[in-house]
Amino acid sequence: MKKCDVLVIGAGPAGLCCAIEAARAGADVILIDENRRPGGQLFKQIHKFFGSKQHKAGIRGFDIGIELLEEVQRYEVNMLLNTVAYGIFDDKTVEIVKDERITDTIQGKKILLATGAIENPVAFPGWTLPGVMGAGAAQTMINIHRVLPGRRFVILGTGNVGLIIAYQLLQAGADVIALVEAASKIGGYQVHASKIRRAGIPIFTSHTIKEVKGNMQVEEVVIVQLDDSWKPIEGTERTLSADCVCIAAGLHPSIELAQMAGCALGFSSELGGHLPLHNEDMETTVDGIYVAGDIAGVEEASTAMEEGRLAGIDMAQKLGHLSKDKAQDKKEKIRENLFALRSGSFGYLRYKAKLNIIQTMEAIKKNQEKKQWSYK
Amino acid sequence: MERKLQERKVNNIVCRCEEVTEQEIRDAIRKFNLTTVDEVKRLTRAGMGLCQGRTCGSLMEKILSEEINKKVSELLPLKKRPPVRPIKIKLLAKKERESE
Repeated sequence: MKKCDVLVIGAGPAGLCCAIEAARAGADVILIDENRRPGGQLFKQIHKFFGSKQHKAGIRGFDIGIELLEEVQRYEVNMLLNTVAYGIFDDKTVEIVKDERITDTIQGKKILLATGAIENPVAFPGWTLPGVMGAGAAQTMINIHRVLPGRRFVILGTGNVGLIIAYQLLQAGADVIALVEAASKIGGYQVHASKIRRAGIPIFTSHTIKEVKGNMQVEEVVIVQLDDSWKPIEGTERTLSADCVCIAAGLHPSIELAQMAGCALGFSSELGGHLPLHNEDMETTVDGIYVAGDIAGVEEASTAMEEGRLAGIDMAQKLGHLSKDKAQDKKEKIRENLFALRSGSFGYLRYKAKLNIIQTMEAIKKNQEKKQWSYK
Repeated sequence: MERKLQERKVNNIVCRCEEVTEQEIRDAIRKFNLTTVDEVKRLTRAGMGLCQGRTCGSLMEKILSEEINKKVSELLPLKKRPPVRPIKIKLLAKKERESE
C-alpha cells in the first residue's frame, strides 16, 4: 500500500491545479489518471479561451495543458498514468489497477475526486448504429488521434460544444451537413454560431432527430420539426444523407466514486444533474474528500482550474503546510476569479446554482451537528 | 434470432451492454410498480453490464421519471459498486490470494 498526503484522481485541469497547489505548499501528492496522457480534455481544445486575460483568454487549451504539466513536474508530483481507480473504501483508501496488470492500494490523508463528466446520450431509433457518437468523442478522435470518424456529419445540439465541434470537423476536412437543435434558438455563443452560418451550414432549430437509418452503419438521418410543446409535427420529416451523427446534448458529472465514498448528492439542471454537495472550499459531506471541476458541476476548464486550486490550498492548510492567514489570502483571490468567471447571462445561472449547492451542504452539516449534539 | 433482431430494431435499445430495450424497461416499471432506478436495474439488468450504467443510467432515470410522473431531480441515480471501470477479474483474484 502506498500512502500520501494528497491523492488526486483525474489529471484534467482541476486535478492538475489541485496537485500543483498542494505540492507547492509542501504536501506529498500522488496524481492518477486512467489515460496515457495527462491533461484531461485540455489537449483537444485547439480553440482560444474566452474571458479576461487573467483567465487565460486568448490562449489555446493545449498550451494551458503544457504549462500545467511543467508545474506538476517542477513541484515533483508523483503522477501515475494509465491507472484506473476502480473503487474507494474506508479510511480513504483507493484501489487502483495500473497498465491493466498491477493492482495496488493508495491511501491519502485528503482525496480530490476530479473525475470530470460524461456526455449525455439521446436514444432515438438507430442510436446504437456505428457512426453515432458523442460530440466530445468525435473531438478526441480528430484533435488528439487525428482520425476522421466519418465524412458527412450531422450534429445534434447547438450548445458551445456542438458549435465548436462542427467548426473543428470542417477544419479537419469533413463535411458538416446540418446542425439540429430541439430548442427554438441556438444554445451557444453567437460568435461560434456565426462561423457555422458563414460556412453555409444550415442550423435547424425546433428540430430533432427522429431516426437514424442504415444497414451496418449510419446512412441516413431523418429529422423532424417540433411544435411549441416539443412534439414532432407529422409530415415535416426530411432525410439527410450522412455517415456520422454527433450528439452534443450536454454532459453530466461523473460521480461514481463520490457516491461510493458516501458523499451526499444534490441536483442542479444548470450544472448537469446529480452532483456531490460541497462547501466553498470544495470539500464534500465526507471529511477530507473533495471534488473539483466538472464532477462538482459541469462548467468550463477555467472554473475547473480555480476549483482545483481552492481544494489544493484548503488541503494544504488542513495538513499544516500553509498558515490559515496565507491560505485565506489565496482563497479570497481565487473566489474573486471564480465570481468573475461566473458572470454574464450563462455564468450568472451557474453562479446561483453553485451557491445553492453550497447552501444545501451547509444546511446538512448544521443538521448533522445538531443530531450529534442531541445524541450526547 | 431473426425475429428477436427485428424486435430490437423496433424497440430502441437503452442499455447496450446488456441489450435491454426501452419497451422492456417500461413494461417492467408498469408490471412491478417500480419506483427507483435501482429496482429497474435489478429487474431488467439494464445498467449491470461492463460500463455499469455510465451511458444508460441517465436514460433510465428519464424513462422512469416519465412513467411515474416524477422529476429526474427527485430520483436517486443508480447506486455504484466497485469496480467502476471494467477490470480483469483475475487481477482481483490475484490480489485476494496475495493478501491471504
